[in-house]
Amino acid sequence: MMEILKAFLVGGIICVIGQILIDKTKLMSGRILVLYVCLGCILGGLGIYKKIEEFGGAGATVPLTGFGFHLAEGVMKEVDRAGILGIFTGGLKAAAGGVTAAIFFAFLAALLANPKEK
Amino acid sequence: MDTTKKAQQEYDKMVKQASPNSPIFMNCLKAFISGGIICIIGQLLSNFYTGKDFSKEEAALLVSITLIGLSALLTALGWYEKLGKFCGAGTIVPITGFANSVVSPAIEFKKEGMVFGMAAKMFIVAGPVIVYGTLTSMLVGLVYYFVK
Amino acid sequence: MSKKIGKQTVRLAEGVVILSAASIVGPKEAEGPLSKYFDQKVEDPFFGEKTWELAESKFVEKNMELAVQKANLNPKDIDYVLCGDLLNQCTGSSFGIKNLNIPFFGLFGACSTMGESMSLGAMLVDGGFANHVLTGASSHFCAAEKQFRFPLPLGTQRPPTATWTVTGDGAVVLARKGEGPKIVEITTGKIVDMGVTDANNMGAAMAPAAAALLQAHFEDTGRTPQDYDVIATGDLGTVGRQLVVELLAKEGYEMDSRYTDCGIEIFDDATQDTHAGGSGCACSAVTFCAYFYPKLLAGEIKRMLFIPTGALMSPTSSQQGQPIPGIAHGLVIEGCKKGAN
Repeated sequence: MMEILKAFLVGGIICVIGQILIDKTKLMSGRILVLYVCLGCILGGLGIYKKIEEFGGAGATVPLTGFGFHLAEGVMKEVDRAGILGIFTGGLKAAAGGVTAAIFFAFLAALLANPKEK
Repeated sequence: MDTTKKAQQEYDKMVKQASPNSPIFMNCLKAFISGGIICIIGQLLSNFYTGKDFSKEEAALLVSITLIGLSALLTALGWYEKLGKFCGAGTIVPITGFANSVVSPAIEFKKEGMVFGMAAKMFIVAGPVIVYGTLTSMLVGLVYYFVK
Repeated sequence: MSKKIGKQTVRLAEGVVILSAASIVGPKEAEGPLSKYFDQKVEDPFFGEKTWELAESKFVEKNMELAVQKANLNPKDIDYVLCGDLLNQCTGSSFGIKNLNIPFFGLFGACSTMGESMSLGAMLVDGGFANHVLTGASSHFCAAEKQFRFPLPLGTQRPPTATWTVTGDGAVVLARKGEGPKIVEITTGKIVDMGVTDANNMGAAMAPAAAALLQAHFEDTGRTPQDYDVIATGDLGTVGRQLVVELLAKEGYEMDSRYTDCGIEIFDDATQDTHAGGSGCACSAVTFCAYFYPKLLAGEIKRMLFIPTGALMSPTSSQQGQPIPGIAHGLVIEGCKKGAN
């Protein structure tokens, strides 16, 4: 039960920061996503996000900062394994599952659904 | 009409006065609750998959794939857009928002064809996320290579 | 004999008659406060077509036909058609009227297109170049969102200053002779750039152009806002209207309750969640044709100043960080004498 509450809190707070950015800076959602993924990646590289993830669980991995965190974890793991070439392969390798899923489901959705009015 | 820099600055002040602000407190509350709920769903899924003897990493990937699939379904039904209007960042920031930003143009631009419409425009919103995410990961890898 | 009075205004010798006005709208407009005034209300935003763009063209085609019909004319009686829309290269209009077989001038004045087309149409008639001119403007919410903002299924929040593009088409038949309200004066607007870059606050971007046009019109004609029964701007919404009132107060003109905005009339924010109001070429076009024209015809409005407003931007200019300049076109329209009908 505790981990559910923690996920709710951490995930909620990360979303609130995004909301404040949208309302205060008029940033488009696309820019927020870019900012979040880069931030998550850098915090991941510094080892800070790992601590947030240990505390918040899915609350830290479900937001897009978690995606950035996975990129950082992946690239560091590959550098450990393959040396300098890992810089080129680690990030996208870690992102492969998510990106492929997005492409597959988007393709499927486009086949089945038509644009609708709001 | 006076359009000098000074007049423009003065007009900018008038515009700020006349324009209502976003209801930021309510927006934040909605974002907090909706974003939090999506993360709870993620946590429940994660518990479910780890309970099925998947490793932590496999479970994390399965959670992402499940959430992306759910988001695609809601987007195709036209519901994610309605949620987004209410939840704001609560449905933009989670991975479901990323999925929504890939699925939306795929559906909208299929009228321009399956190659130059659907496929070419699929990443008009989410492409930058992958570009800058990858570049940042290279930076992290590079620093890590020399520092470790 | 010069028809020009003042710097930006012309007076038409005999006045040009608006023989008929026709309007067609989509489902959201049909739920709004002006619902009962529209000629045609279409439930399906695709209008039976495959794409939003073709749907917009069908709105144009059906409404243009109706405008001609309401004037008791045939398309072959029309000398010119002048119209425009928001889509790239104005395909909404050209695909819509291609089967009418009328000589065509395509126009782009962003959301001010109704004012531009009526102004030029009236000048063509008054100048003796045409007996009947068909003018109009159209927009489609979904096609405009797709082109200017985001794919529709994307979950985003609209700020309170945002406006909602009207789906529909408004068209009028202008004539040298006949019964109907008359266009008597035309004030053509200049582009005004006050450095507004927020594409979610179009009212603020266009308000200075509307205010500049009003000021020029009052200076040219020697009139004041109180000389009109109605002054209606195109699609400034609540934010833009407020700014026009403030800008003109600085110049010594009092814009009272006679001043309204078509974008405020067409939607009800409380029930329709449209935020600051309606926008798009069709906003002023359908509001004029459906709501104001019958009042002019009945003599309830004796003199109105109709000012469609436009924001001159493209997705490219916006992404390149350019500000959004505004434009406004003014027409003085006199209603029929009461009981003359």
